[in-house]
Amino acid sequence: MKILVAVKRVIDYNVKVRVKADQSNVDLNNVKMALNPFCEIAVEEAVRLKEQGVATEVVVVSIGSKSCQEQLRNALALGCDRAIQVESEDGPDSLSVARILAKVAESEEPGLILLGKQAIDSDNNQTGQMLAALLDRPQATFASEIKVEDGKALVTREIDGGLQTLRLTLPAVVTTDLRLNEPRFASLPNIMKAKRKPLEVKLADDLGVNVSSNLKLISVEEPAQRQAGIKVSSVDELVEKLRNEAKVIA
Amino acid sequence: MSTLVLIEHDNRTLSPISLNVLSAAKQIGKPITALVAGAGCADVANQVAKIADVDLVLLADSVAYEHQVAENVSKLLLEQIDPDNKGADVARFSNLLAASTTTGKNVLPRVAALLGVNQLSDVMSIESEGRFKRAIYAGNAIATVESCDAVKVMTVRGTAFDAISAEGGSAQIEQVSSVHSSGDIEFIEESLAVSERPELTAATTVVSGGRGLANGENFNMLYSLADKLGAAVGASRAAVDAGFVPNDMQVGQTGKMVAPELYIAVGISGAIQHLAGMKDSKVIVAINKDEEAPIFQVADYGVVGDLFELVPEIEKQI
Ligand SMILES: Cc1cc2nc3c(=O)[nH]c(=O)nc-3n(C[C@H](O)[C@H](O)[C@H](O)COP(=O)(O)OP(=O)(O)OC[C@H]3O[C@@H](n4cnc5c(N)ncnc54)[C@H](O)[C@@H]3O)c2cc1C
Ligand SMILES: Nc1ncnc2c1ncn2[C@@H]1O[C@H](COP(=O)(O)O)[C@@H](O)[C@H]1O
Repeated sequence: MKILVAVKRVIDYNVKVRVKADQSNVDLNNVKMALNPFCEIAVEEAVRLKEQGVATEVVVVSIGSKSCQEQLRNALALGCDRAIQVESEDGPDSLSVARILAKVAESEEPGLILLGKQAIDSDNNQTGQMLAALLDRPQATFASEIKVEDGKALVTREIDGGLQTLRLTLPAVVTTDLRLNEPRFASLPNIMKAKRKPLEVKLADDLGVNVSSNLKLISVEEPAQRQAGIKVSSVDELVEKLRNEAKVIA
Repeated sequence: MSTLVLIEHDNRTLSPISLNVLSAAKQIGKPITALVAGAGCADVANQVAKIADVDLVLLADSVAYEHQVAENVSKLLLEQIDPDNKGADVARFSNLLAASTTTGKNVLPRVAALLGVNQLSDVMSIESEGRFKRAIYAGNAIATVESCDAVKVMTVRGTAFDAISAEGGSAQIEQVSSVHSSGDIEFIEESLAVSERPELTAATTVVSGGRGLANGENFNMLYSLADKLGAAVGASRAAVDAGFVPNDMQVGQTGKMVAPELYIAVGISGAIQHLAGMKDSKVIVAINKDEEAPIFQVADYGVVGDLFELVPEIEKQI
């Protein structure tokens, strides 16, 4: 079975992003970029399934400008076999990404497609679901455990009330949650090896997908800033303040 | 203008967050049609019919919808919006809303894709017919986005909209008989937390614990404080990852968004991903032994000290 993993290049999760002075967008100049953490978990899961002998090949795909090749090389260093970059301007909308991924899936015919549950820049949490719908395949979002057996995937999902387990007929789409696994670090020899692994570049146009969007970003603003309050020196003082100043306890 | 709302429920009772979503729907435009999909969920439809702002209730009652399986519910929604598959431009509804809960997030993007439109996730403000605000980058930026899609599909952040009244209406209930049941997906089991405490996203007071609690047993301290306050209990990702508490308690960018009157963060450092989920709380209290902890930058009242001494003391005094 082949596994297709979709990864996105995003701002490093440790960096606090700033809004540009003209409020046109956030400022990503000279900001550290990385693999989206949920995509890293998806890569790790795919590589583990290959190590267990469940998968035979792991193909990683990213849609974006040439700079996302850095993240694809990173995924290759973590154990993916081959990479595809679909060249487009950065930041196509989720529907376009899902349409492109559907085209890639149609030609690669993977048994399992793994995505992150959420990109930590857009915070959209929707691409995997859209892809599954376009392919008319089952989905399991927010996965914390995946078992593949007899052409089916048994997936435990993190839902608001607790946990849910579903059995999906493959091919299927699964999106990863934080507790699915702990991604490994790439070793130096593997980073060197990754440079020689195949990385193919395609154009969105060649796949027949028009990435123009019906969504327009009008402006971006800073959120309302909270003022740091005061430090109280005792529990007596805290309780007094909560009762009489903030009036949030009886 | 006409709005379809996917109602959230457990087949018996209406989930309170639906009242917040209906409030957003009311701002967008009437008439409002509410879809209740589930199994043996007629009681829920009756509850929804009593909500003053709901104009029509659609009830789809079938085992296929019992667990809100996305494959089935998305096709049911699609059929309501675009019955003859003629495209979003001639759809029966101009807006589709659901809560941005794990159910809404699971189902709605599928509907959007089937309609060939985008989805607006976790909308926190409705500026006009086509303009919305939503948080991006873990809440470090607020984007105003405009959609010219023929059907606006969106999940709604419950805490950003005041709940509407659950009383005063008498909408008609219409049965939807079509059953969409995918053979490619099978529900196996669910383990749901049962708690006497209020639901995290709806609670007026939340007490949350982090890695500072050191183990799961120490959370009993927080449960006991919470019970005295009538509060829900939440946690940081570190506390969930370490296995102190279950995943459904995680507050943050990738967990639950809360905005109670009072949020008490105990042994939580205040990483941006955690702040994203709670910084809209009205009053924030932080208890941390490290006076440099970033949580103090957003806290109205901070206490520097050992939580194991402070928490029992607070409980005693309230
Ligand atoms: C993709 C991604 C998504 C994430 N999503 C989330 C999310 O949704 N929610 C979330 O919370 N995090 C999330 N995180 C994790 C986040 O970055 C932090 O790692 C996490 O919030 C830290 O949890 P913590 O504050 O409990 O632990 P720590 O940062 O370890 O802080 C523990 C605190 O406890 C204090 N403490 C220790 N002992 C005591 C004591 N005896 N008395 C008083 N104080 C004490 C310490 O001073 C310290 O400040 C995410 C991370 C990533 C990469
Ligand atoms: N440009 C992209 N290229 C490849 N995969 C993507 C891209 N954008 C989103 N994804 C995938 O979709 C997941 C969810 O993203 P989102 O729906 O934007 O929150 C990510 O974790 C990736 O796996």
